[in-house]
Amino acid sequence: MKLTHAKKRTRLSTFDIAVYIVLGLLSLITFFPFYNVLIISFAKFEVISQFNLYMLPLSFDLTAYKVILSDTKFWSSTVNTVIVTVVGVLFSMTISVAGAYALSKKGMPGRNAMLTLILFTMFFNGGLIPFYLIIKSLGLVNSILVMIIPAGLNTFYLIIMKNYFGTLPESLEESAKLDGANDLYILLKIVLPISAPFIATFGLFYAVERWNEWWYALIFISDSAKTPLQIYLRETLITSNQLLNTLAQQAADSASSKVYTPALQMATIVISSVPILMVYPFLQKHFAKGILVGSIKG
Amino acid sequence: MRSGASVRTTKKLWDTMLQYKYFYLMVLPVIVWYALFAYAPMYGVTLAFKTFDYNGGILGSPWIGLEHFQKIWTDADFHTAFKNTIVISLMKLLINFPMPIFLAILLNEFSRNTAKRFFQTVLTFPHFISWVVLAGIITDMLSRDGVVNQFIMALGFESISPLTDKESFRPLLYITHMWREVGWDSIIYLAALAGINPELYEAAEIDGANRFKRLLHIAWPGIKSTVAILLILHVGQLLSQGASFEQIFNLYSSPVYSVADVVDTYIYRTSFQIGGDFGYMTAAGLIKSVISLVLLVLANTIVKRMGEEGLY
Repeated sequence: MKLTHAKKRTRLSTFDIAVYIVLGLLSLITFFPFYNVLIISFAKFEVISQFNLYMLPLSFDLTAYKVILSDTKFWSSTVNTVIVTVVGVLFSMTISVAGAYALSKKGMPGRNAMLTLILFTMFFNGGLIPFYLIIKSLGLVNSILVMIIPAGLNTFYLIIMKNYFGTLPESLEESAKLDGANDLYILLKIVLPISAPFIATFGLFYAVERWNEWWYALIFISDSAKTPLQIYLRETLITSNQLLNTLAQQAADSASSKVYTPALQMATIVISSVPILMVYPFLQKHFAKGILVGSIKG
Repeated sequence: MRSGASVRTTKKLWDTMLQYKYFYLMVLPVIVWYALFAYAPMYGVTLAFKTFDYNGGILGSPWIGLEHFQKIWTDADFHTAFKNTIVISLMKLLINFPMPIFLAILLNEFSRNTAKRFFQTVLTFPHFISWVVLAGIITDMLSRDGVVNQFIMALGFESISPLTDKESFRPLLYITHMWREVGWDSIIYLAALAGINPELYEAAEIDGANRFKRLLHIAWPGIKSTVAILLILHVGQLLSQGASFEQIFNLYSSPVYSVADVVDTYIYRTSFQIGGDFGYMTAAGLIKSVISLVLLVLANTIVKRMGEEGLY
């Protein structure tokens, strides 16, 4: 046993090295843009203008961060996003876990019909306009709920969760039933605790989705008091530089020095990505496993 | 006799359903959600055969038959959008479907798990960042004094601006799509590869199969059915996911509309920014949805003919 292990370790063939190089290069290309974001967010105007090729962190200036963090619009949209994320994950997880668990019960009459109807929605939909009109008639236009409820169910996750619950041993539930527990009790007290890591992964998936949510906001939210962080990001990064220029001007007036506008943009990206960076290790740890047990067949 | 039997089966069904009462309760919110947000809009496609009346809504608008479809036939903007959708999504399928499979095979070559996990961590990261932010990063990197042009000019070449250039905008879409999704998409294949019995590899090694042969005779057959299923899924979602609204909408601008405006962005722009007729726009969306569905059925049939298990 020990011998084979040692043998495997020492032999690094040319093939291995080639694989390492290819993957190393790919990783470098993938990672570089984020590195670039980070160094630019700390860049000073004077330093940037001196270099033809700005690729090393040559200054550590926090002005851009201070400017963004003192913008009230940034904070109000962050608050909206936090609400959408927290309430949204609770909503999404409650209905997906309960639904997926019920749908994993093979004997339930009507189960196949329900599954077919759910799967069909992955391939056919009414399109934007009918969807818009339904949301409008439900009174969800310009309501923060539009980013929580209509956005709140992912068919793909639901199917994976259903498949996962289907893999749990039946004996587990049967013995609880003999003790007089009902199905709801079994889900809450037995199935959920043993599935905690799996459930957590999908909670995080939903959290990332809600944090990144902008499509529903783009279409249904025009009230600027209700827009989420991603719309703020769109305004500072893509659509107009007006907001940014005002911020830069204000900062320049007070600090009597020029502010490098891309630094402001990149600082916004860094700040808004902090929550994702924080949950990423947990996501990374579980998602491969989650998808492995769920697969796509069922 | 006969009615007695049917009464008995009805009663039996009813008893079973009663047994499952809590499960129906659990699945109810999901069913309501699909009814409201998926099936009600599906009913709403009737608007494609109506002229939209703001006060009447979907139900109250008067029928006009196929008028919208006749108009679409001669709508140059729709033609451009439709052509762009087909070209962009087909190219994405061609380029971005095989890459995750290669990546998974490469990653699977590692016996050392730490290296595998490291590369996976880096490569899946962009998937979790929204297209809004990624588009911001891309715009900054490709700007005149962005790092890409700094680098190109330092090497003595002319600066580039793919975001506003008709020739290079589409390749930019393919590359940035790959940047975001290749790592994430490879996970499912890695899962399939992990499910292969290691004894098969050992037996092949003893029989003298080299790495390439093991790949061809063990790894590939092991993931073939997953590849087939995913191919059907991709083809079925070709026109919606393939020509991703989020990516294109956040990256494009008027200079590249003619090569990048897809059906979804066209519908959004015309309905909400220009103020097009809702019935007409529904018809445009319906054409896309129907073609998607036909493609899915076609792909499934072909895959089944090839001896693989289909989606249904």
